[in-house]
Amino acid sequence: MNEIGLRVLVVDDERAIRRYLHAALNAQGYTVFEASGGKEALNMVVADRPDLIILDLGLPDMDGVEVTRQLREWTHTPIIILSVREQESDKIDALDAGADDYLTKPFSSGELMARMRVALRRSVQTTSEPVFELDELKVDLARRLVIVAGQEISLTPTEYDLLRILVQNAGRVLTHHQLLRQVWGGAYETEAHLLRVNMSNLRRKIEPDPTRPHYIITEPGVGYRLRTET
Amino acid sequence: MCPVPSGNRPDPDELLARVQAEEKQQKHGRLKIFFGYAAGVGKTYAMLEAAHQRKAEGVDVVVGYVETHKRVETETMLRDLELIPRQSLTYRNIQLSEMDIDAVLRRRPRLVLVDELAHTNAPGSRHAKRYQDVEELLAAGIDVYTTLNIQHLESLNDVVAQITGTKVRETVPDRVIDEVTDIELIDLPTEELLNRLKEGKVYVPEQAERAIEKFFRQGNLTALRELTMRRAAERVDDQMLDYMERRAIPGPWPAGERLLVCVSPGAVSERLIRTARRLADELKAEWYAIHVETPQQAGMSTEQRDRVDRMLRLAEDLGAKSISLPGQSVTETVTNYARSHNVTKIIIGKSRRSRWYEWLRGSVTDQLIRQSGPIDVYFVNSEAQPSFKQTEHLWLPHRPWRRYLWGVGLVIAATSICALVAPYISPTNLVVIYLLSVVITAIFLGRGPAILASILSVASFDYFFVPPHLTLAVSDTEYILTFIGLLSVSLVISYLTAQVREQAEAAQRREAQTAALYELGRDLTATVGLEAVAKTIISHISQTFSREVAIFLPEDGKLKLYTASSGLTVAENELAVATWAFEHGQLAGRGTDTLPDASMHYQPLKTTRGVIGVLGVKPSSPGAYLSPDQRRTLDAFVNQVALAIEGARLVEQARQTELLEATEKLQTALLNSISHDLRTPLVSITGALSSLEEASPVLDEEVRRSLIETAREEADRLNRLVGNLLDITRIEAGAMRIHREAYDVQELIGSTLEQIGERLKDRPLNVDVPEKLPLVPMDFVLVSRVLVNVIDNALKYSPAHLPIEIRAQTSDKYLKITVADRGEGIPTEDLERVFDKFYRVQRPDNVSGTGLGLSISKGIVEAHGGNIQAENRRGGGTIITVSLPLEGTKDG
Repeated sequence: MNEIGLRVLVVDDERAIRRYLHAALNAQGYTVFEASGGKEALNMVVADRPDLIILDLGLPDMDGVEVTRQLREWTHTPIIILSVREQESDKIDALDAGADDYLTKPFSSGELMARMRVALRRSVQTTSEPVFELDELKVDLARRLVIVAGQEISLTPTEYDLLRILVQNAGRVLTHHQLLRQVWGGAYETEAHLLRVNMSNLRRKIEPDPTRPHYIITEPGVGYRLRTET
Repeated sequence: MCPVPSGNRPDPDELLARVQAEEKQQKHGRLKIFFGYAAGVGKTYAMLEAAHQRKAEGVDVVVGYVETHKRVETETMLRDLELIPRQSLTYRNIQLSEMDIDAVLRRRPRLVLVDELAHTNAPGSRHAKRYQDVEELLAAGIDVYTTLNIQHLESLNDVVAQITGTKVRETVPDRVIDEVTDIELIDLPTEELLNRLKEGKVYVPEQAERAIEKFFRQGNLTALRELTMRRAAERVDDQMLDYMERRAIPGPWPAGERLLVCVSPGAVSERLIRTARRLADELKAEWYAIHVETPQQAGMSTEQRDRVDRMLRLAEDLGAKSISLPGQSVTETVTNYARSHNVTKIIIGKSRRSRWYEWLRGSVTDQLIRQSGPIDVYFVNSEAQPSFKQTEHLWLPHRPWRRYLWGVGLVIAATSICALVAPYISPTNLVVIYLLSVVITAIFLGRGPAILASILSVASFDYFFVPPHLTLAVSDTEYILTFIGLLSVSLVISYLTAQVREQAEAAQRREAQTAALYELGRDLTATVGLEAVAKTIISHISQTFSREVAIFLPEDGKLKLYTASSGLTVAENELAVATWAFEHGQLAGRGTDTLPDASMHYQPLKTTRGVIGVLGVKPSSPGAYLSPDQRRTLDAFVNQVALAIEGARLVEQARQTELLEATEKLQTALLNSISHDLRTPLVSITGALSSLEEASPVLDEEVRRSLIETAREEADRLNRLVGNLLDITRIEAGAMRIHREAYDVQELIGSTLEQIGERLKDRPLNVDVPEKLPLVPMDFVLVSRVLVNVIDNALKYSPAHLPIEIRAQTSDKYLKITVADRGEGIPTEDLERVFDKFYRVQRPDNVSGTGLGLSISKGIVEAHGGNIQAENRRGGGTIITVSLPLEGTKDG
């Protein structure tokens, strides 16, 4: 993917963080705009039309979740939120409001780049890939086939749906709510144990070592993510 | 000026005391008395005039209480002055109004006018007398103007009574006058006063018309006028001398006399005391009032004892020091005391006892003259007969005549016995039986009956058994000797026996008192802790006095009820009385002059540090007062109590201070430790980054990479440390919220290992988590943090090549996750302490980490209702087990 020329809006009230992100992103070829508050950010999205927004949740003038919500009213620009640990509920709210992914401060540049890549790829994808492949796992959505280490494995319809959603959002975090809604329907949003049991079964079937999951990563307190690169 | 007599220079200590008293006076309000010799001379008017002048000078003046007696001129003077409204009290359906002290205290004027210093307040007022009200105002720093007539002075009370023929009841103790800053003499020629009386300008209460007639006679008035002037002059003289002494001006110093007056239950004592006061005044001498409790006097009735107490108090009011001493003989005790205290003059009442009595008992007068040596003895005439009632007997009926009857009965009994044995014994030996009866009478019935018995014995002996029988005549004159013998021996026995008995009673009484005091003291020394001390005090006082007790102690500056006898409730207004006693350091409540309507008697507990609390004693029935004896014992108790409470409080204070110091020390140590642990990673980070900054082009790739890696690792470590500190703070503050949901254990372990990430690199790991484990309710984020801490611990404390084993299983309603390593293990005594904050096993090598990890884990696990334990492993190493309950509520 050609990253040169891609425009990123960095929204954070801390000057040091903006400086660091600006430098790191520049080095990767991105063009960087900066905003220090929510209102400023909203204006700049309209004015400069960035390709990706990195949004800090702890803004002084507006709630980051609110910014996300407002943006999602009219744009699909991928949003990655930055937050501190201990604020799982904020992350979940933002993700449910439409943010694409999150990063917990302090984060490494590697993580940042990886998430950005995933988010940008999805945003430019017009058609979804029918086949997902990573290491020993291969999922063929068109033919509803799941192959692990060359062996076809059978999943229950629910387990398959679960895996499908993850594949369709590969690389991106999905909150428990989002998974429950998409697999079971809106009425089951609070039936977390359904998700757990099925996830546990799924893992046992596709993971080489269920206690050290390689493909489906638990995002503690937030949700799950299907790994896309090793 | 006369040269200063040697040895009489002002003592520097005295001077210092005086300067200090002066200073104290500044904070103390100043009292000015408008002094007159009779009603109607114009004192109130003069006071109001002076008040107006002060007001014109800008002084804040208010009127506390002014009695105008409806005189127009006085009432006009009251205009333009701020009046503090009086408080009205109802007493026996009569509306009375008195000065409202609290209103004045709240108002805090510079100067307040209070008329009629000698007035007695209506019942229900705070103090019994108005001069006490004034003293309270002065103590609060408010200046007072007041009025007073000469006849209201305590020390001149009897003189005025002599002059005018009427005794005035309302008196003011002289010490109040002595402390006065200023006396203004309001004088009026007697003719003018009499004119005023005729014109009706002098206040005359209707009932007193006749008395007033007697009072307002030329001769009386002149005498009073002279007395008043003289007294006022004395005061000026005092002031002048004071001034001279203070400025060390040589002058006619007082001769250094010291007076001693003996107080007895007799009525003469009052006169003696007043005389002593006047003499002391004239001689500018100190004086003492002493009461000697001899064994005979030990048999005093309560009335007499009361009288002695009152006399002693009167003496104190008049400026003496009062003492009560036990002793065998009055003379000896008095002269000993006089000698040891450098008394120069003794004042004693002239005895009016009959010569016969004196001859038998020896007159105190004679003895005193003989034993006094160089000390002068003054005898003062008394008018009243000395009274000496019989003692109260503890065993037989109190009423005297009954005892006499019994005495007679015994004589009759003796006579009967004699009649029986008369044929066999010679008459002279019958005397023995009579003697016996007298002895018995003396022991059991007292002196009087014994004397009667003695006489009757002789008479009946003579009548019945001495020839000629049945007459009082005596045939053989030798019997006269027998009579004399019988009588004298009987009398002597009566006295001695009675005396011994009385002594025994007195000793018993004193012993009981001492014993009670000793027991209290002994129990108190064995008690530790304020609570226990208070309980001991209450139980002792309740027992000794059969009264309920309450102890009040100050808390944050306010007096509060600390503890009381069970079943005793203390009302709000009682607390107010106790607070008054506390603030003023004086007795208050029932049986005292201040707030006597209270239901309890309040005694301030005083030590060298001041008043530290109040002891309240509730009488068993509303009318029961403490006898003077009991009051003395209570006083002694109160001293002990004050010391004990002070001691207990000081001990507690000391302990708290120690505790505070220890806590502070601990906190400092902790802060130092944390500060060090936070800074250490920063050292590496800063070092690495600055090296890169400085020497980057020079460094080779390897080194550069290594530096960067170091900085990154240390940054991670710092991040974890900060996280830990935040966690522990949250746990401590109770702000850690557990959000439980059912989770898969495998997932938990997986996520944990993922979080540890890099640190697990190349470390052998055995994970055993069965598939069929149920979902366990937990806060995923927190519990994974627990496991991260525990596994991190294992990683840190075991060698890199030895495996770490992680196992999960259910056992007995709990999920148990164990993390076992093959490290050095933990010393047995530290197995529990490992989970303490900041704990680190003493190790020679440098192991990093603040020691918070396990303690955070413990906090989180326990918040789940589970527990965490460490044990040593066979073969070396440690096993840490985390148990979480399988049942749990589902949080939102």
